[in-house]
Amino acid sequence: MEAQEDLQLDLNEESLLEMYGLIVLSRRLDERTWVLHRQGKIAFHVSGIGHEAAQVGAAMALRRGQDWVVPYYRDLAMMLALGLTPKEFMLGVMGKKGEPSSGARQMPSHWSIRRMNVVSHSSPVATQAPHASGIGLAIKMRGDDAIVLTSIGEGATSQGAWYEAVNWAAIHKLPVVFMVENNLYAISVRQDRQMAVEHVADKAAGLGLPGVTVDGLDALAVHRAIAEAAARARAGDGPTLVEVMVQRMTPHSSDDDDRSYRPRAELEALKAQDPVRLQRDKLKDMGLLSERAETEVQERAAAQVEEAIKFAASAPYPEVSEASYPVYAGDRVDG
Amino acid sequence: MAEITLIEALRQGMDEELERDERVFIVGEDVGQRGGVFRATEGLFEKYGEARVIDSPLAEDSIVGIGIGTALYGMRPICEIQFADFIYPAFNQIVSEAARMCYRSAGEWTVPMVIRVPYGGGIGGGLYHSQSVEAFFTHVPGLKVVVPSTPYDAKGLIKSSVRDPGPVIFLEPKRGYRLIRGEVPEDEEVLVPIGPARISRTGTDLSVFAYGMMHHYCLEAAEMAAQEGINAEVIDLRTLKPVDRETILASVAKTGRALIVHEDNLTGGYGAEIAAILAEEAFGDLDAPVRRLAGPDVPAMPYSHPFESWFMLDADRIAKAIRELAAF
Amino acid sequence: MSTEVIMPRLGESLVEGTVTKWLRHPDDHIEEFEPLVEINTDKVDTEVPSPATGTVLKLYVAEGETVRAGALLAVIGEPGEAVPDAPPADREEGATQVAPPKTADQGTPKAGREELGFISPVVSRIAAEHNVDLSQVSGTGSGGRITKKDVLAYIEGGQAAAPWEEPGSGDLFRPTEEFFGKKPGAVPEPTGLADTVLPLDAVRTQIAEHMVRSRRTSPHVTTLMEADLGRVLAHRKEHKQSFAREGANLTLTAYFVAAAVEALKEVPIVNSSWSEAGIVLHKAANVGVAVSLGEAGLIVPVVKNAQQLSLQAIAKTINNLAERARGHKLVPDEVQGGTFTITNHGVTGSLFATPIIHQPQCAILGVGALQKRAVVIEGLSPSGEPEDSLAIRPMVYLTLTFDHRIIDGGIGDHFLGIVVQRLQSWA
Repeated sequence: MEAQEDLQLDLNEESLLEMYGLIVLSRRLDERTWVLHRQGKIAFHVSGIGHEAAQVGAAMALRRGQDWVVPYYRDLAMMLALGLTPKEFMLGVMGKKGEPSSGARQMPSHWSIRRMNVVSHSSPVATQAPHASGIGLAIKMRGDDAIVLTSIGEGATSQGAWYEAVNWAAIHKLPVVFMVENNLYAISVRQDRQMAVEHVADKAAGLGLPGVTVDGLDALAVHRAIAEAAARARAGDGPTLVEVMVQRMTPHSSDDDDRSYRPRAELEALKAQDPVRLQRDKLKDMGLLSERAETEVQERAAAQVEEAIKFAASAPYPEVSEASYPVYAGDRVDG
Repeated sequence: MAEITLIEALRQGMDEELERDERVFIVGEDVGQRGGVFRATEGLFEKYGEARVIDSPLAEDSIVGIGIGTALYGMRPICEIQFADFIYPAFNQIVSEAARMCYRSAGEWTVPMVIRVPYGGGIGGGLYHSQSVEAFFTHVPGLKVVVPSTPYDAKGLIKSSVRDPGPVIFLEPKRGYRLIRGEVPEDEEVLVPIGPARISRTGTDLSVFAYGMMHHYCLEAAEMAAQEGINAEVIDLRTLKPVDRETILASVAKTGRALIVHEDNLTGGYGAEIAAILAEEAFGDLDAPVRRLAGPDVPAMPYSHPFESWFMLDADRIAKAIRELAAF
Repeated sequence: MSTEVIMPRLGESLVEGTVTKWLRHPDDHIEEFEPLVEINTDKVDTEVPSPATGTVLKLYVAEGETVRAGALLAVIGEPGEAVPDAPPADREEGATQVAPPKTADQGTPKAGREELGFISPVVSRIAAEHNVDLSQVSGTGSGGRITKKDVLAYIEGGQAAAPWEEPGSGDLFRPTEEFFGKKPGAVPEPTGLADTVLPLDAVRTQIAEHMVRSRRTSPHVTTLMEADLGRVLAHRKEHKQSFAREGANLTLTAYFVAAAVEALKEVPIVNSSWSEAGIVLHKAANVGVAVSLGEAGLIVPVVKNAQQLSLQAIAKTINNLAERARGHKLVPDEVQGGTFTITNHGVTGSLFATPIIHQPQCAILGVGALQKRAVVIEGLSPSGEPEDSLAIRPMVYLTLTFDHRIIDGGIGDHFLGIVVQRLQSWA
């Protein structure tokens, strides 16, 4: 029975509902942020609509708070699953004082949550991959019990830094899971113009580690694949490349207009495969999601989003003096 | 007190830090079994093992990138870039990542990392084994840039750099590795703080600011000038960022004349920053235009011997500049 | 409570947008999030959702109009509520502040500073602090300027002049080898290539000895002017052939000699020699003309009594001397007794140079390369207004290097000015 299989993955009914709740929360939060942008209330938004199931499925396969995560800017759902609150996200979106990732110094969605071992990352893509391998190296050197999950878009796997990071991890059998969220588009460049292989996972063989491709619209499939890769890493068997096929249902960011390169029909077709709906239908089939439960999930998400927006909208901006530090370790930090 | 070479001093400094703190380790190309192409890490692989002296793949970007990752986890990496000329693939990791990590995470994540970089010419290295790269990094907020010129400072500064909580670009004048010898005490810990410059020769007629190999040539040139009655003050900057403005300004207040000497190309070189500081803050003390003496604006440095001699400053040329400045 | 609808900033680099279509109009009801207006920007075409539920009270921008990001587009509220008449000022983005440069307080500049030479910032400051009249301070810096040491010494009062105030004396001007008997240490050279030693011949030794002695003897000062050789070139072109028929190759050198002679007549103190007894004014203008012998060095045959010679005679004499010089046929009498020298470094491309005085003369005239340059010609417009124009003129830089014991800058300039004026007005 499918439910039995899923329970073997340490996913009980509560976890499955938690998973669904996080996916819905991410979607609602993401959609409202687009509206805020189109209303001219915020300057920038980079969206994860279409990626939610994969990200939540992956995050819940980790020992949250113990394992390390080196994400990229599209990982809103993953961050929510790791403990980022909608209020914290909104502070970042609006550039308000006290924004936890950077004190409003970075653009939104440049995650850094120290308490959850989520490492700060920048805008140049793939620079985070060597950091993930370095953390894996240090974990091994210290003999600690932890693994590293790092995520990236398929386009950024063209960067030299990504290859170098995977190479290091493979050579030294570092406890790293390299997750690639393949949504077929690097801004406007399709995968066939980004690489000669059919799947990103095919690159793995050339670097000496196993690679798998997984349906990223199925949270449970991703959960299974990441859990297996994490187990390998914990056992000292080294890194795995897990490619999750997702879909980017919006332009690359609020600065992008995809009408020049993305056929409308293609976007319409994606709606039929919306991972939120797929997950809902799956849970309904499993008898875990009644109409009332569904309504509760939606209402709870809506309320959290509204609360977050109100909270952030009335929060103050940082003092201009805060911009001049902390340049060096040991400089004063925000109060 | 023993007289040792610059490179031996570096090796000792690294050895002492690896011994003192188990989080310290070395990573770079050929640093392990070979002991480094200059033998800077000789014996350390045998002493500390391959877990702490790691031979990296031939990919500078990852030497620094991996290093950053380990530092985020709490380790203290000493990353070696084999020649300054090869640092450019790692530029992204150094500038976008290491330098900005603390600021962008509001101080939550820091990168306590040393990047050791042999630099400079005069070793028959041609265009790609002779470059100076300090100007690129002194420009970047979040980095510290250090250049020892004596064995004592090399040992003291490598130890301080390892203990610094942030990223330090540690430039080593490779021509001086075996050429420069100096006394380093054996029975006490040698620690030189990052920041303060050192007045290596007090004088009254003009101030000469230098670092690396040029510092030694400036001392020789100052002696030549002394025989002609010109009393030059020579200052070894030692730390380029954060630079010791106080010592620089105090010296020029005393002498009224400044000569900045560096091996790197003149235009946009580090000397321009010192000259700008003097122009802005020492204007009322200047008795002569601020002068820079530097490498010519051609790629450093062409291989053929006469080319190399033409490029490299030496004591004679520096003495000539001292004379001219003194005569203004 | 009414709500303002503003033009959104829909991208990092976008600053304005165009209203393409209003989807609601005044008095229409609208729900929050319903599309209110379509806008167009460089990057994105989109609908702007309403920020509030209510009635559209007023629209401020017409379809087709472009406004800046932040501009007021519309107001939504309860019917009858007051609304602003005109859109309030645009919400501007913050501008970066540029810190004003720090300037040191230097005090007022002294009048007549030009005569004092260059006054450095520190000299100016010290003088202001101590109320020093700089015209009372003697300068020992380059060109005679007042250095920091000089002004401090003046303030101390009665301090001995710096050793280098007396040229030619003191240990400072002796070669270091002479003083210490050995060369200063050289930088270690790892490659071990051997240097080549060229033995010194008599000519080289003599030249070296003379140059060193001349520099030590006379305080050399050089003044520079330029001359337009247009008329000289025209004259030469016109007369070259007729001169040649008389056996004289008319070179430009002849003109320079002639002009120099005229100046020597008018300013006789330049045609002199220093002696302890007094300045000796020579009656004859014996003008030496430096001739290069290539590797063999320099020799200066003398045109004797040039004050008596016509241009043609000067030209002939120069031809003769130069030919004999190159043939190594000059006799001692032909290279001695000169009272003034001209050297033409322009033939080898130099624009101007500072030659060494041929002892025991007072001065040497240096002639640079003839160069076509764009120069400003001052003139008048047809209506009599000052109107400058550009012209391409054959210009040459002339330097006069003189012995500052005998004459001062003013006289040197006066002399050189006459040379220039003579050349420029040749007829």
